[in-house]
Amino acid sequence: MRINDVILQTTAKVISFIILTFGIYIFFAGHHIPGGGFIGGLITTSALVLLYVAFDMETMNKVIPIDFKKMTALGLLIAVSTGLGALLFDQPFLTHTFGYFDLPILGEAELATAVLFDIGVFLTVTGVAVTIILTIGEDEKWK
Amino acid sequence: MSLLHVVILAPFLAAIIVPFLYKLARPVHTGWFVLILPILLFVYLIQYLPEVSGGQTIIKEQPWIPSLGINFTVYVDGLGLLFALLITGIGALVVLYSIYYLSKKTEALHNFYVYLLLFMGAMLGVVLSDNLIVLYTFWELTSLSSFFLIAYWYHREKSLYGALKSMLITVFGGFAMLAGVVLLFAMGGTFSIRELIGQADMLASHTLFIPAMLLILLGAFTKSAQFPFHIWLPDAMEAPTPVSAYLHSATMVKAGIYLVARLSPVFAGQAEWFWLVSGFGILTLFWGSFNAVKQTDLKAILAFSTVSQLGMIMSLLGLGSASVHFGYATEAQAYTVATLAAIFHLINHATFKGSLFMVVGIVDHETGTRDIRRLGGLMTVMPITFTIAIIGSLSMAGLPPFNGFLSKEMFFTAVLNARELGLFNMQTWGALFPFVAWIGSVFTFVYSMILLFKPFTGQYKPEQLDKTPHEAPLGMLISPVILVSLVIIFGFFPNLLSYTILEPAMASILPGLLEPGQQFLVHIAFWHGWTTELFMTIGVIVLGSLLYLSLKKWQGIYDLFPHRLSFNHLYDQGLISMERLSARVTNAHMTGSIRDYLIYILAFFIIVLGSAIFLLEGYAFQFEDSGAIAAHEVILAVVMVIAAIAVAVTESRLTAIIAAGVVGYAVALFFVIFRAPDLALTQLVIETVSVALFLLCFYHLPKLKLKPKKTGFKVTNFIISLGVGTIITLIALSAHSTRLFAPISEYFVEASYDEAGGKNMVNVILVDFRGYDTMFEILVLGIASLGVYALIKLRLNRRENYENQ
Amino acid sequence: MEVMMSIVVGILFAVATYLILSKSILRILLGTVIISHGAHLLILTMGGLKTGAPPLLGQEAPAYTDPLPQALILTAIVIAFGVTALVFVLAYRSYQELGTDDMEQLRGNDNE
Repeated sequence: MRINDVILQTTAKVISFIILTFGIYIFFAGHHIPGGGFIGGLITTSALVLLYVAFDMETMNKVIPIDFKKMTALGLLIAVSTGLGALLFDQPFLTHTFGYFDLPILGEAELATAVLFDIGVFLTVTGVAVTIILTIGEDEKWK
Repeated sequence: MSLLHVVILAPFLAAIIVPFLYKLARPVHTGWFVLILPILLFVYLIQYLPEVSGGQTIIKEQPWIPSLGINFTVYVDGLGLLFALLITGIGALVVLYSIYYLSKKTEALHNFYVYLLLFMGAMLGVVLSDNLIVLYTFWELTSLSSFFLIAYWYHREKSLYGALKSMLITVFGGFAMLAGVVLLFAMGGTFSIRELIGQADMLASHTLFIPAMLLILLGAFTKSAQFPFHIWLPDAMEAPTPVSAYLHSATMVKAGIYLVARLSPVFAGQAEWFWLVSGFGILTLFWGSFNAVKQTDLKAILAFSTVSQLGMIMSLLGLGSASVHFGYATEAQAYTVATLAAIFHLINHATFKGSLFMVVGIVDHETGTRDIRRLGGLMTVMPITFTIAIIGSLSMAGLPPFNGFLSKEMFFTAVLNARELGLFNMQTWGALFPFVAWIGSVFTFVYSMILLFKPFTGQYKPEQLDKTPHEAPLGMLISPVILVSLVIIFGFFPNLLSYTILEPAMASILPGLLEPGQQFLVHIAFWHGWTTELFMTIGVIVLGSLLYLSLKKWQGIYDLFPHRLSFNHLYDQGLISMERLSARVTNAHMTGSIRDYLIYILAFFIIVLGSAIFLLEGYAFQFEDSGAIAAHEVILAVVMVIAAIAVAVTESRLTAIIAAGVVGYAVALFFVIFRAPDLALTQLVIETVSVALFLLCFYHLPKLKLKPKKTGFKVTNFIISLGVGTIITLIALSAHSTRLFAPISEYFVEASYDEAGGKNMVNVILVDFRGYDTMFEILVLGIASLGVYALIKLRLNRRENYENQ
Repeated sequence: MEVMMSIVVGILFAVATYLILSKSILRILLGTVIISHGAHLLILTMGGLKTGAPPLLGQEAPAYTDPLPQALILTAIVIAFGVTALVFVLAYRSYQELGTDDMEQLRGNDNE
């Protein structure tokens, strides 16, 4: 049915990785320039969806054997546990902190616990969006 | 929290434990565990007696909602202690009696005792609370537990009817009382009864005083089954007999009496109070006793008798309220005797009526019926029960040497004295009081005799009974025997009560009459010489006996009263028509169409917000500081508006979706223009994903048309939409024009780098400052995705199941 | 600028309300989408438009646009997506099961 399968698949392979890289960049850059967990997650989703559109469901399930519902749960778990982490230091729930560290290769960099929380957001948003789209898309075989 | 608080809360705690005891110890009757509690409480409370007799009061405060002036304050004085002792004392006897009355094999005992304990705690709360709101809360709890207890045998239709009736009437009164309490608060600024009493003079001159009085009396009258609200009490007799003895004779129905007595210091001395309380009381006395005579069910006789006796106590409290005009001088004593008689009769009534209820319970239990037409000649079968019945009903009839005689004599004294009262137009109407009281007493005598002789004497008719009657088990007799012993003891030694409890209780009702440190001196005697009261009693006996003997000849007068005019009929019809009305109103606006509901909501939105903007003058717009408009912005806005309208008017599904997408992308561009890069990015991606989603889904729904049939242009919808749009525009303009507070965004500008180490303020707010919001937001998202997943996948499973079958 | 945006927002709300009041479940869905667009612009407009640089401290600007409404809207956009998807699937499923998307036919008339 898909006439342009080859072209679509070839471009999708390239483009989706560009989008994925961009998504992850935007996610990590989010603390200082526009971006963050929400946007990063959504951009990642669009990359994944592009792949799912280009290739069929079975192939994709083999390539990315991830249950996105579990990804949602993992994201929520991370978000909540970063909040709980603050309790260990006798701080109110969800208190974040940051510091500057000298990392090998990268040099001095700022590391903030808020980014950990944002990872949770990122994973949840990606998981949710992909779950919704895949669920609706999968339904077509029951038409 | 003091021990007194624990006293009130203990029954509630016990109510939690009882079901577990019932489950764990099935062979033992649950009542035995429950019995411990009222005994303990009674013993504990009686320790306060010496202190209270000495004129002391005990106050323990426990803040509950101090900001609203609501504190759980326990206040023990003569009146409260008297009631608390009645509640725990009678409670213990009733629980003991119920152990033999209710079979542990067939009855749901855990339910029964939970309700009973709930009631006990609530009732203790009513009589020991100083705060009116706390009192009200417990008051409604008593109504609730009474409802459960009447409906205890819930498979019987009459039980449910009686339960509902009592609930509706008492809760209606309770609401009225709450309104009265709120009015008292509005006047006095406090919910504390003690503090309200302190400013009684100020309250009396207030315009809200009379409404508050009427509302509170409504609460008291409904609870104490005063005419015309008495109709619930006979139907409440569907409850198990221990419950009737406890709630509907000894304690709960006296809550209204308690309230009137408790608030007497606030209201006494007012003509309205005097007339309402004594007038309705004496009317109830007559009506109750008159109707008791025609009943054929033993419990119905007792129910109407209770109504009548409650009326008597109520009228005595009303008459006693006149004494505040005199101070504690000789003339006042003529009226304080009414208050004294009220308290004394309260105790006496609990003893003799309690024992009579238990006797009726025994008769019912052993013979299987309470119908006096089927009963007879039980004297020889149940000698002990008969003896108890003699003492109880003679006391109720007001015959010496029992306690009923003493309080009945005092009642006559009080009504006779009332004629002399030079207040409230009593010169003209005062003569009615002794007359009605005397007639009522005659009927009281008649029904007492019916109660005594019909079941126990006459012909023994075993063939009409379901069971072979025999004397009740010993355990069932303990409680009534204790009560009738009290009838005799209080009859011979009334002054046992005078010094200990009657005097302090009077002091609580009539505090204004006493100098500090002074006490009422009460001495009750049997023999006063050949007084009018004695002749009245003799008259009662003579006429009562005549009426009893000629009962058959004049009973026809009861049929003269048409059923159509009775209050029961009125209640039933009122209930039916109210149900019909509410069904009609509900059906008229609950159409089941979501569109109608939305129209209600939106119309409300337009009207309320529109008038708020108009009334608060929120339309003072100012436009000086608005930003400049560039040409491309105008074009963008126009595009967006056109796209939006296109969504509404197009009939093509695809066009609508694409137009909606255009709106979304235009919003993203606006975000760019308005310096919101994060939003623009998010909106772009979301819009792309959503449009893809829409198309994906519509692809699968070929038959789904945007307009299933040509509906045309809806004027109503259009007007409402226009209204909503206008209001929103006005709100936006008004919010822009009026800044009540400085924006809090400065804080984020300053703090986001120093405190959170981030330069993107929006992101810092999301993950750090308002991380809580974000956390719950992603939770909501997760739930939404699970919802989507479940909606589609669950069906898949079901289809698979179908296919497998 | 604010005046123009207020009017635009008003029109968006009016159109969305009109759509929501119609019988077709699809139009209702499109209505909710547009009403959320309107709400986002409304929040932004009420916070004041173009009062400074984008809320990025890297810009070193003398004044910044209020970041708080933007944070609120960002949350709202993502939530709106979730809600839209859910309502969407509801509409889709109810059409599949019941064969209609007419709200008047879907109303519950148990008590009539």
